[in-house]
Amino acid sequence: MGTTQSGIHRGRLAPAEYETNFSDLHPRLDDHEALVAADRCYFCYDAPCMTACPTSIDIPLFIRQISTGNPIGSAKTIFDQNILGGMCARVCPTETLCEQVCVRNTAEHRPVEIGRLQRYATDVAIASNTQFYERAARTGKAIAVVGAGPAGLACAHRLAMAGHDVVIFEAREKAGGLNEYGIATYKAVDDFAQAEVDYVLAIGGIEVKNGLKLGRDFTLSDLTANFDAVFLGMGLSGVNALGAEGENLPGVVDAVDFIAELRQAADKATVPVGRRVVVIGGGMTAIDAAVQAKLLGAEEVTICYRRGKEHMNASEFEQDLAASKGVMIRHWLQPRRVIARDGHVAGIEVEYTEMRDGKLTGTGETGVLAADQIFKAIGQTFEPAGLGSLAMAGGRIAIDAEGRTSIANVWAGGDCVKAGEDLTVTSVAQGRDAADSINRMLAAGAQPAVAVA
Amino acid sequence: MADLRNNFVGIKSPNPFWLASAPPTDKAYNVERAFKAGWGGVVWKTLGEEGPPVVNVNGPRYGAIWGADRRLLGLNNIELITDRDLYTNLREMKQVKMNWPDRALIASIMVPCEEESWKAILPLVEETGADGIELNFGCPHGMSERGMGAAVGQVPEYIEMVVRWCKQYTRMPVITKLTPNITDIRKPARAAKAGGTDAVSLINTINSIVSVDLDSFAPNPTVGGKGTHGGYCGPAVKPIALNMVAEIARDPETYGLPISGIGGVTTWRDAAEFLVLGAGNVQVCTAAMTYGFKIVQEMISGLSDWMDAKGHRSLDDICGRAVPNVTDWQYLDLNYIAKAHIDQDACIKCGRCHIACEDTSHQAITQFVDGVRHFEVMEDECVGCNLCVNVCPVENCITMVGLEPGTLDQRTGKIVDPNYANWTTHPNNPMARQAAE
Repeated sequence: MGTTQSGIHRGRLAPAEYETNFSDLHPRLDDHEALVAADRCYFCYDAPCMTACPTSIDIPLFIRQISTGNPIGSAKTIFDQNILGGMCARVCPTETLCEQVCVRNTAEHRPVEIGRLQRYATDVAIASNTQFYERAARTGKAIAVVGAGPAGLACAHRLAMAGHDVVIFEAREKAGGLNEYGIATYKAVDDFAQAEVDYVLAIGGIEVKNGLKLGRDFTLSDLTANFDAVFLGMGLSGVNALGAEGENLPGVVDAVDFIAELRQAADKATVPVGRRVVVIGGGMTAIDAAVQAKLLGAEEVTICYRRGKEHMNASEFEQDLAASKGVMIRHWLQPRRVIARDGHVAGIEVEYTEMRDGKLTGTGETGVLAADQIFKAIGQTFEPAGLGSLAMAGGRIAIDAEGRTSIANVWAGGDCVKAGEDLTVTSVAQGRDAADSINRMLAAGAQPAVAVA
Repeated sequence: MADLRNNFVGIKSPNPFWLASAPPTDKAYNVERAFKAGWGGVVWKTLGEEGPPVVNVNGPRYGAIWGADRRLLGLNNIELITDRDLYTNLREMKQVKMNWPDRALIASIMVPCEEESWKAILPLVEETGADGIELNFGCPHGMSERGMGAAVGQVPEYIEMVVRWCKQYTRMPVITKLTPNITDIRKPARAAKAGGTDAVSLINTINSIVSVDLDSFAPNPTVGGKGTHGGYCGPAVKPIALNMVAEIARDPETYGLPISGIGGVTTWRDAAEFLVLGAGNVQVCTAAMTYGFKIVQEMISGLSDWMDAKGHRSLDDICGRAVPNVTDWQYLDLNYIAKAHIDQDACIKCGRCHIACEDTSHQAITQFVDGVRHFEVMEDECVGCNLCVNVCPVENCITMVGLEPGTLDQRTGKIVDPNYANWTTHPNNPMARQAAE
């Protein structure tokens, strides 16, 4: 038995409850389940699922390989396009990507379980440490990659395949980026993120230097001076402020920090949570924080989003997941003021909003939600540092179609660029494609054109 | 309610669904269960001659192929005839027939190809009260190595000879079971008729190796590291059986010879197809071995409901109805022209019709229309081959539509001729030219 005390406390649940609550959300299909699921694939031609995948995985082929009892061949089909196919199988919002366009939706309103099949195949390969790629003969070229997240790892792997030497500079203690620090615990159990990093790095030729942060420990010009090419694959380190009075009070927390703390906690019972929690935001981060707060034993968790349901960035599936865990999602509410009692959060004053003349406006009607803890999940920002004169666009690094930045021999991809959706799979595609572009440049032995003047 | 009562060469049964001679009919226990479930008749598992019975292998006897979700499509077996004592079988047959007088009970027999052997066993069988006998000239494995089963069925002269003996030594109706492991099924059927058989039943199982174990490099089923060819049956063999039944039904020499249809009957639809192609009833084995005896209930209700819906009152109304429509290729109407039509509302856009046509046929289905993924038949390219219909996963999404006489065939640029014309008179046919000259 845990505690129902008000305030922010650890150990709200009995030990066994933590284990249940943070177990695998969708356990891996067993062999029989995988065969049954794979049998539903029609092996479409010019398949819509493949087109919808940002990394263009040959989905009909990998599913057919599963159905013929060849999960290892299937995994290679996946990794050929997406070396982080294991994590993408866990975290991709498949309901808005491949599975959304599966023709089985038209036929019977139920898509082939592409995500779970992808996990099945990649798990088989990773568990047996079956390595599909060998390094080409060493080229003697050295490339710096900044950030060991999905973009950086995908880029580094492709470059290593081509025989280049890669050094990844990573600010945090562990590689993996958001896969390690930003994904809900129940989506990547059993330390999968690190297992995947090990699997990717096993190709060799990639050195990861942890604890080195761009702008603090080195600059972009240091890299361009010492490497043949640079790939920037940083994430978003800044968090948007609420712009509400009292947001610095103890008990007001960045949702991303909470998610990271929970992921890193070996014992989830050590992570404190409020009895009543309010999450401000409407994206995946808001859902992940809210659901996990509930799973930690918060009695009441409310998401406040300032627009309508249809505007939420969180997918329908994620919203349903939150609802099924008992999270209340409220729309058309914006934060006004954090209310304190004895120097701690006691509640939040919110104001109803509406669209007026195409603009979101407060209606003037306010109310108070009681809360011991408030999570801010209203978006993250890119904090440029050490980038010199690198051109930006919309607050992030400007790139062209190949991932080239405004500085010669410097590419960028992932959340630090303004292109595509902020998804793991999009970052992988950008890292991979930048590596191909770097390879072409190095192979040609020519200076690249500066893409963004 | 349609009348499903069956009278097959004088053998009466409440419905046309018999269990074929096979493991499900090897002993009273099974047959009693089958009759309780509703089967109209059984052909008892094949009896051998008096003396020590045959022995079976003690390892696996069956192999299979499967479709999606491990649905059994084809089964193969290396089991022999009954391995129980002849008199045990005869005693049980007699008891079962007494218990179930309204059901058909047929004895399947396989003894050496010698007159004395047949002469010896027939009175023993007759004494059981069995309604008839079926001569097993079909088993393709094991027994055929000993000069029985398919070894007889592959020599029309032997068939005629043995049938003649049987007609001579018993009053019971004789059904001659044919092997499909032969080039022209009409030859053994004609021989059986010449010998005086009352009916033929077909098909027996097809010689097959159903699969190979890729670890041990041995055929399945593998017995002690080796395998042998077995008899193939189940849904996969139905098309072969239907053709052979139809060939006998429409052969002028055997026209009217009663046929018991066997081969992959799994549902009432399969049974109805055999009946309309000329079978007087059907025999079932693999479906029962896959799902149990209860499937006969679906077969009875399905056949009955279909007959009711179509106004067919008895089996006589449907038996053989499709036979006149089975013809030789040379008599097909070359002026009949059909085009595929895709129902865009039903289409789920899998693209399989396109790629099948594009890669392997006539390049007659679009992939894009106005830059949008869209599958549509180009009538000026479509030869009406029906491949797209067959590969489409959605039933009735693609249909073949015949062109009305007098309309334009966009592929040839010609007007559809209302008159029937076949290959025998086609100008490209050298034989037709010779005839004209």
